[in-house]
Amino acid sequence: MSPDLRRRFASAALIVGVFVFWELACLVFGISSLILPRPSEIVGALIEYAHGIWPHAAQTLYTTLTGFAFGVMIGLALGVLIGSSRLAYDTAYPLLVGISSIPKVAVVPIFVLWFGAGTVPAILTAMIICIFPIVVNVATGIATVEPELEDVMKSMKATKLDILWNVGLPRAMPYFFASLKVSVTLAFVGSVVAETVASNRGVGNMMMIASSSFNVPLVFAGLFVLAALGVSLYVIFSLIERRVVGWAMRKAI
Amino acid sequence: MMLEKNLKPATVEPLIRFDRVAVTYGGGAEATEALTPTSLSVPEGDFVALVGPSGCGKSTILKLAAELMKPSAGDIYFGGRELGAKPVRVGMAFQSSTLLPWMSIRDNVMLPLKIVPPFRGQWRRKRGGEFRDRADALLEKTGLIDFADKQPWQLSGGMQQRANLCRALIHDPDLLLLDEPFGALDQFTREELWGTLQELWMERTVTVLLVTHDLREAAFLANRICVMSPRPGRILEDRAADFPRPRTIDMTFEPDFAAVIQRLRGLIVHSREGAR
Ligand SMILES: Nc1ncnc2c1ncn2[C@@H]1O[C@H](COP(=O)(O)OP(=O)(O)OP(=O)(O)O)[C@@H](O)[C@H]1O
Ligand SMILES: [Mg+2]
Repeated sequence: MSPDLRRRFASAALIVGVFVFWELACLVFGISSLILPRPSEIVGALIEYAHGIWPHAAQTLYTTLTGFAFGVMIGLALGVLIGSSRLAYDTAYPLLVGISSIPKVAVVPIFVLWFGAGTVPAILTAMIICIFPIVVNVATGIATVEPELEDVMKSMKATKLDILWNVGLPRAMPYFFASLKVSVTLAFVGSVVAETVASNRGVGNMMMIASSSFNVPLVFAGLFVLAALGVSLYVIFSLIERRVVGWAMRKAI
Repeated sequence: MMLEKNLKPATVEPLIRFDRVAVTYGGGAEATEALTPTSLSVPEGDFVALVGPSGCGKSTILKLAAELMKPSAGDIYFGGRELGAKPVRVGMAFQSSTLLPWMSIRDNVMLPLKIVPPFRGQWRRKRGGEFRDRADALLEKTGLIDFADKQPWQLSGGMQQRANLCRALIHDPDLLLLDEPFGALDQFTREELWGTLQELWMERTVTVLLVTHDLREAAFLANRICVMSPRPGRILEDRAADFPRPRTIDMTFEPDFAAVIQRLRGLIVHSREGAR
């Protein structure tokens, strides 16, 4: 067995093991499904309510991806701006740090106040939560171009734009993709929290309603759906990352 | 062995001339005087090595020539006109190869053609044809053609420096500035690369300023060797190394050659003691 295959096998075994342990523990200790349903019950709920769950999952995916897309555009633009200008970097950095230290979910009530409950606050929360990691990473990637490389470029009389386009941006790409993986997961946090607090649609809202009617397996089914969505997006971005910035991992492309 | 005989007639303007150039970094209490008024003139096609103790301002001289910074005092002339009056085509290479890891070796070598006029205007039209052939010709010459499609990190340090030299030369610069280009290589690779650089220089009219810590390297490659004093730097001695070309590694073990190195070494050791 190749080391790679063995590693995959081991991590798959661990995941299965956790679920088996969970199932058995619930049975052995007689834990009520009102407190912690067994995985088999959760899967049952998933199948039983599939029809009802689907529109909520689609809604959550929609708000998350829309917010994420806006977040990426804004984050990339700000990151390029801050990374390529010393002045912008020094000026904007303290503000960014200040904003980033606010727990983003705390702004949900404000969005609700402005836009009412529903889709918009969820999109905005997802957006705002994923901007910061992208800005910081892109700016870092661009600002940390080796001084000698910059000298080589400047000795060719390259303009700032030449340097940004040929060196800064490609160099920032690995940082950018690393931040995308983090951001897409964070975007889920944002949209689900917003849905839980102020929406009548989405997985967050569905879990809220299910818990108020003590349908605990459905609550957990929502959790499973979120995990599945999050993992899928993470995997998709990892694959894109491998293709686009494989050079950063020293893999032949 | 005086240097006069290497210079062209005085009526021809040198390619680059430093006229009492001084550089002070920073200001106020933290000001560092890197160069005291230094004059140096380099005729077209010459090969000058700068040697001297660490921190004496060798890299600073290269940065001035590349217009990466301005002198605090004095003037620099290029072809008789003040530097900056017209664009000077410069190629530059450092100790670290600074090749871009996301590009193939060929694309790395072609990079200056994308940036430097007049090539940049023809980039779209010629990148797949003429420019590519031009890069391949250089890669062939330096023995890298089989690695043209590889990524930089798939090459050894010596090969990376060969590619680095190709990149610095592809746009036919008037002035080639090399800052300890072989400093990180082992002795044998280094000597191989001396041969490559000598060959590249002999077949074109590029003027070279080479900074090095290796006196054998300076005497092997250069027509002239400038020895600098410890910081604040100035040129202590500017002497010719007029061994016949092409030079071979064997020649570096002959008494004439050894004598030149001995003398350079003496100068540097003496100046260091003076500074202490
Ligand atoms: N950007 C800078 N700011 C302040 N001081 C500097 C700067 N660059 C160089 N110096 C100072 O100027 C002096 C000359 O620097 P330079 O890099 O030209 O030395 P060097 O001869 O190339 O040395 P080495 O052989 O170690 O590379 C040094 O003492 C250094 O401390
Ligand atoms: Mg130096």
